[in-house]
Amino acid sequence: MRNVPWLLIAGLVPLVGTALIAVVPRKSWVRGIALGTSLVTLAVVVAMATQFQIGGPDKFQFVTTYSWIPAFGVSFTLGVDGIGLVLVALAACLVPVVLLASWRDVEPTGSIKSYFGLMLVLQSMIIWVFSALDVFLFYLLFEAMLIPAYLLIGRFGGAQRSYAAMKFLLYSLFGGLVMLAALIGLYVASQTLLGNGTFDFQTLSSLEINTGLQNWLFLGFFLAFAIKAPLWPLHTWLPDAASEAKPGTAVMLVALMDKVGTFGMIRYCLELFPDASRTFAFTICILAVVSIVYGALVAIGQTDIMRLISYTSVSHFGFIILGIFAFTSQGQTGSVFYMVAHGFSTAALFLIAGVMMARGKSRNIADYGGVFKVAPLLAGFVLIAGLSGLALPGMASFPGEFLVLVGSFLRYPVLAIIATVAIVLSAVYILWLYQRVATGEPRGVVTEKFGDLRSREVWVFVPLVAVMIALGVYPQAVTRVIEPAVQSTLDRVGAVNPEPTALKPAESTKETTP
Amino acid sequence: METITAASGTTSLTWLLIALPLAGAVILLGTGRVTNKWGHLLGVATIAGSFGVAVALWLSLLAKPSEDRAVRQFLFTWLDLGRFKVDVALQLDQLSMAFVLLITGVGLLIHVYAVGYMKGDDGRRRFFGYLNLFVAAMLLLVLADSYVLLYVGWEGVGLASYLLIGYYQTRDTAGPAAKKAFVVNRVGDIGMSVAIMLMFAAFGTVTFQGVFEAAPGASSAMVNGIGFMLLLAACGKSAQFPLQSWLLDAMEGPTPVSALIHAATMVTAGVYLIARSNPIFDLAPTAQMAVIIVGLITLLAGGIIASAKDDIKKALAGSTMSAIGYMMLAVGLGPTGYVFAIAFLLAHGFFKAGLFLGAGSVMHGMNDQVNMRRFGGLRSVMAITTATFGLGYLAIIGIPPLAGYFTKDLIIESALARSPIIGGLAIIGAGLTAFYMSRIFFMTFIGKKRWTEDVHPHESPWSMTVPMLVLAIGSVASGYLLMRDYTLEKWLEPVTGFVEPETSLSHVVVTSITLTSVAVGIVAAILLYLRRDVPQVAPEKVSFLVVAARKDLFGDAFNEAVFMRPGQWLTRSLVWVDNRVIDGAVNGVAASLGGLSARARRIQTGYTRSYSLVMLSGALLVLVLLAIVGR
Repeated sequence: MRNVPWLLIAGLVPLVGTALIAVVPRKSWVRGIALGTSLVTLAVVVAMATQFQIGGPDKFQFVTTYSWIPAFGVSFTLGVDGIGLVLVALAACLVPVVLLASWRDVEPTGSIKSYFGLMLVLQSMIIWVFSALDVFLFYLLFEAMLIPAYLLIGRFGGAQRSYAAMKFLLYSLFGGLVMLAALIGLYVASQTLLGNGTFDFQTLSSLEINTGLQNWLFLGFFLAFAIKAPLWPLHTWLPDAASEAKPGTAVMLVALMDKVGTFGMIRYCLELFPDASRTFAFTICILAVVSIVYGALVAIGQTDIMRLISYTSVSHFGFIILGIFAFTSQGQTGSVFYMVAHGFSTAALFLIAGVMMARGKSRNIADYGGVFKVAPLLAGFVLIAGLSGLALPGMASFPGEFLVLVGSFLRYPVLAIIATVAIVLSAVYILWLYQRVATGEPRGVVTEKFGDLRSREVWVFVPLVAVMIALGVYPQAVTRVIEPAVQSTLDRVGAVNPEPTALKPAESTKETTP
Repeated sequence: METITAASGTTSLTWLLIALPLAGAVILLGTGRVTNKWGHLLGVATIAGSFGVAVALWLSLLAKPSEDRAVRQFLFTWLDLGRFKVDVALQLDQLSMAFVLLITGVGLLIHVYAVGYMKGDDGRRRFFGYLNLFVAAMLLLVLADSYVLLYVGWEGVGLASYLLIGYYQTRDTAGPAAKKAFVVNRVGDIGMSVAIMLMFAAFGTVTFQGVFEAAPGASSAMVNGIGFMLLLAACGKSAQFPLQSWLLDAMEGPTPVSALIHAATMVTAGVYLIARSNPIFDLAPTAQMAVIIVGLITLLAGGIIASAKDDIKKALAGSTMSAIGYMMLAVGLGPTGYVFAIAFLLAHGFFKAGLFLGAGSVMHGMNDQVNMRRFGGLRSVMAITTATFGLGYLAIIGIPPLAGYFTKDLIIESALARSPIIGGLAIIGAGLTAFYMSRIFFMTFIGKKRWTEDVHPHESPWSMTVPMLVLAIGSVASGYLLMRDYTLEKWLEPVTGFVEPETSLSHVVVTSITLTSVAVGIVAAILLYLRRDVPQVAPEKVSFLVVAARKDLFGDAFNEAVFMRPGQWLTRSLVWVDNRVIDGAVNGVAASLGGLSARARRIQTGYTRSYSLVMLSGALLVLVLLAIVGR
């Protein structure tokens, strides 16, 4: 079973679904086909995950490679380590939920084919971008993802959707362009060092590029990823894009696509340019802490529900980036875990907000009030999604956030302590939102006709909540998959966990992890 | 340090303590209307089961020799990363056992009471789901074997209190009060997080056992730092100065919630945290002194606030602040105080729960009114409530031989042993307690009837009075039972240690001074509230102290001026910065690039004549240049 090209299949299934949607004669079949396809993809990924050997002899598993452009050393190579696996799994889990939630977001008579078709194309690219083991292939997918995303925002969205889509596209293209320059530089460096140039990741990640060049190449890659992630002060495209897009698109954008940025930092910045990573780590951690606090404060001040959720993500991405560049196994494993957790909890938040906006036809928080009285189930899910967003222990985000704090404290105590301010701020932005929207007597657009969740909508949130609680109660199931990959990355960077300060040296050799 | 053995036999049932109420919460909150009819009974049953397990565990611990009582039940590994290893494992020892009995016992009585109290409320099932969740979280808090797992229970308690305080979702005041409780608690949680981060950085472990074993090797700055952070955490959960402000607003929830928050769960958590962390605090005298100071400030402030409130629940809330202040003071005293703090905490669990349930019973009979100025003379119609409330009243002010006498006096005695100032302030606090409790009792049950015209007060149903009676018995007897022949000292000694406080004053002298202070408080209350008529509207010409006390000693005003307004200003200005400066820069770059290209485009006019003109000028320029250069 391990010789099955799982990753190739996982990315092809959604493309087949898209082809089916394109040729199917009846528009009423489109949604069923899309959902069915995404469930097949999920099944494929689950089957693959059962074959994954945790801490197995090979760093990358399920590797399949096809010759592509041999003249430039480009191949179509796929493979995952623990980090890639959990992110592929995240993409496979979220898309069925998003499709089910988007059931009535597009008129069944209109351009429903392109909406659901583009969603599946995007999913396919996301699965492959997380599993590409060829840097050129990664770059190509990284840029190509923008096309379906641009169309999804620009064609299906709010009044300002063209502006938001164009801003998203230009911002991302700018980052991509800089990355392309660095990519060419990397190729040239490999040519100089190896004799023949290559884009093969595993070859490149063992190169010893000279420090000066590393710094430039690092910055080229990092800028693209920092825009995608997004890191303060490069974040302003996100609230525009996420708030103008359909809720389903916002989930694809923030919960999945943005993870390519933080994933890229670990996989490409750290592994390809370890010396440069160490050089810039502290500066990046400072920017990350600014993101954490700034994102949370600006979230509190928002009046638009979708923008509020977007800014909470700016804060959460700050945590993820802080953990990555603190270079401790706790911090970085926490970051990867947080990527997964954030995917589910942000999806839940965007989708429940979408459900509410579908009824109230407004994104303005002040137009709502007293939802609990007319739609208790809806209000309940707003609260549950919010609680995961504020990292309540027992929910998915907590192990991630807490590991990041504990892990980064070992390296940068002051930064970690500043980051804890988010513990209070997150409670303020979530609970104040809930208070304004759900408590009190019904007012504004909330009337008796508002209506509670329908059964389709319940089935969107039940699996999300189940996963969020499962991850919060038993995080070890996922962190043990992530940790070996993180350890290998940290070895490449040359980082070792700091020893406890108050233990005698003899005692501190008891550390069990290599 | 005592050894901890793996759970076996009866003690392997420990997990059921938490699992039962947790399952109750999941079923009640997850099934929806299906369980509406009998949901409250399930809620009571799970707590009863949990209490049964607690008693069985207690008996099995009693059968063991005192050093071998601590057991650990491993359930599963939560996280294991490098040195950061956190198990979901429960530690049952003498300290957690005492709390478990209090939580499940008093919790059970409150659940039974709530069946009657919430009868006719549409959301009764949901209410019991939250109550079950509250108890489960509190049990996890006291049974955790590591600071991280304790933190999980800690936040669970915060969540449950948020849900219960905000239970009346359609009331405009409930939402803000619930949010305030959660947010203020989270300020404390910063302390908890930083404490855990410090422990992990210093000791490479977060389990109680690991931290306590390694603590003596740490620097004084480190243990004091951890101590201060734990104190911050404790202040949040236990409503101690300066994080006390949420407690007085927490009355928005139904009255059984107040009983649960104030007696059995939540506010005692901070005292537990410090008592549990005694090996750290014993190494950190500066942090210990801070605990004492916080306790003293809060016990006096709570007493002053309680003395000026006309709302019976808010007066009792001030009383809780004050009582928890005594407990904090006691745990700050170190090994001479830990046992007495827990003794007072257990006794307080009985009488404060009884007082709140009594207040609920009064409200039940008085159309949910809370203003004591419109009560009075209720003893004629509510005999049982008057008796049980009265016993709770006598117990809390420390009349011998009731529970408060045996427990609070010991705190005062060990405070005096530390310093006459600390002891003296604690004695003044005892007088304050006597004053405000007498005031509450007189204004509510004695004196003239000042009822509004629409009320027809009556005694509550048996489901409410029986729990009150049981708690009254506890208020009478618990102090003697706990403290006779050093019972509790011997029980807790392996966990918290115990040192007899050494005072120059004899026990009789201390008791006499304290009782004199109590007597002064009672007499003052008699003169003000029995000998004079109580005005039906609160007088407005009052001293500054009364004004301050009515406004919670300006706690909210301070928070508003120092945190909320600047915070709102900060968020508003950052939103402006984000939209105008950062995004403005982005759009500005885009616009200037767009402008450049627009200018470049303008050259491409598409007119042949202008192109030929440009060509001509170019050719001329080249000719001229050639002519100049060629010369």
